[in-house]
Amino acid sequence: MAATTGTAGLEVLRTGPLTTVQDSGRAGHASLGIGRSGAADAASYALANRLVANPPGAAALETTLGGLALRAHGPATIAVTGAPAPVTVDRRAAAPDTVLHLRDGAELRLGTPPRGLRTYVAVRGGFDVAPVLGSRSTDTLAGLGPDLPAVGDVLPVGPPPPGFPVIDHAPVPPVPGDEVELRVVPGPRDDWFHPEALDVLLSHPFEVTARSDRVGARLAGPPLRRAEHEELPSEGMVPGSLQVPPGGEPVLFLADHPVTGGYPVIAVVITADLARAAQARPGARLRFSVAVNHRSTRGR
Amino acid sequence: MQVLTCGDSGVLVEVADLDEVLALNAALTADPLPGVSDVVPAARTVLLRLAEDGDPAAVAAAVRRLRPRTVRAGTAEEVGIDVQYGGADLADIAAHTGLSQREVVAAHTGTAWTVAFCGFAPGFGYLVGGDPRLDVPRRAEARTRVPAGAVALAGRFTGVYPRSSPGGWQLLGHTDAVIWDLERDPPGLLRPGLRLRFREA
Repeated sequence: MAATTGTAGLEVLRTGPLTTVQDSGRAGHASLGIGRSGAADAASYALANRLVANPPGAAALETTLGGLALRAHGPATIAVTGAPAPVTVDRRAAAPDTVLHLRDGAELRLGTPPRGLRTYVAVRGGFDVAPVLGSRSTDTLAGLGPDLPAVGDVLPVGPPPPGFPVIDHAPVPPVPGDEVELRVVPGPRDDWFHPEALDVLLSHPFEVTARSDRVGARLAGPPLRRAEHEELPSEGMVPGSLQVPPGGEPVLFLADHPVTGGYPVIAVVITADLARAAQARPGARLRFSVAVNHRSTRGR
Repeated sequence: MQVLTCGDSGVLVEVADLDEVLALNAALTADPLPGVSDVVPAARTVLLRLAEDGDPAAVAAAVRRLRPRTVRAGTAEEVGIDVQYGGADLADIAAHTGLSQREVVAAHTGTAWTVAFCGFAPGFGYLVGGDPRLDVPRRAEARTRVPAGAVALAGRFTGVYPRSSPGGWQLLGHTDAVIWDLERDPPGLLRPGLRLRFREA
């Protein structure tokens, strides 16, 4: 296996519906009103970097519903993970979750994934765009981070890391289809709801609507009725929060969620299930269950 | 103090009022808790966002043992911001408060404000501690575009829009002060605990 050297970059030929540069996010700035952002499906993003032997945190591309096309300027070693968008290199089918070698001038194209939402493209050396506040993630809500890749851009690739890819192919569980099971921990504001609201959340499917993005998945389902009708003073939010606006239909907060929110959160999807939540496409049905063994910290 | 669970990635600490938020935030800033990556003070709560290895139960136990620090006025850094009063909602603010427009300006400039917390947008600070007469509701309908530098009121808070964005606060005036600058470290002028005095330009 040859080391990737002299790679100048990857030229964007097509972006698909939405392609952003993402890394592991911008931790530590929340007190200034800056969210973490970062790859929405952190597991698929981490796998893509691992396949090309990048250190954790290297910047990759996150593309939504496929459609991305890139041309290599110089040879490049890449991996495609996440939603299974059909992959071609110079019009020949290539496998996802593997190490792919692009010669100078080769074209990588992603089709539309038949299930899932977000596909990741990592390049050995990482995308070396300018970081903002220590991160190369684009926060679509805050308007912070690298500009969206546009057709004609040549995204620079950093120097190759010292390690080499050690596996050619990673076995991964399939990206979920139209039924997605997610585990939640009730709270922090479940007591602001009608006593039956949590049962409604746990016993009915909720459909991901088209009004969903990196900020959150807006869900349709039976309304979760409030018991408390006073206004909640804005408070800090974590990813996975199921925030319930007055209409009663929850929003599942994803990577670019606001740092603070003013509607009560009935339950929070556990970290281990956030990658699956980020792959739930419009039309998918989410089913929520209570995470077993979660430790409640409730108390005075 | 009530400690609430935010899944496995956060611990939400609810206290009685904003003074207790500031005191708890000051204690957490002085002695960061292990396993916590971010502290998000808000109006009546402080959210502790956990680091990857953070254990919610351990963080909850540690926060219960914390002794909040009294934040004494006059010990914090104080900055001045020049404002051209004459915002689009100044007349409405005057009508709502029963003050004249001049009295609204005098009230806004008359006391020092403190940044309680940030949110809504990068660099947007919620400032408290102003004249209690300046308690006005949000506008019934948000504007789709509030210009950068707009100085505004809502509830007990005042704030300065760091950049152009939608917004529902009542516009009092405008400042040329650079509230948000990515070339600056930290980029936001307003950070929790900072004291600020508005001056009429």
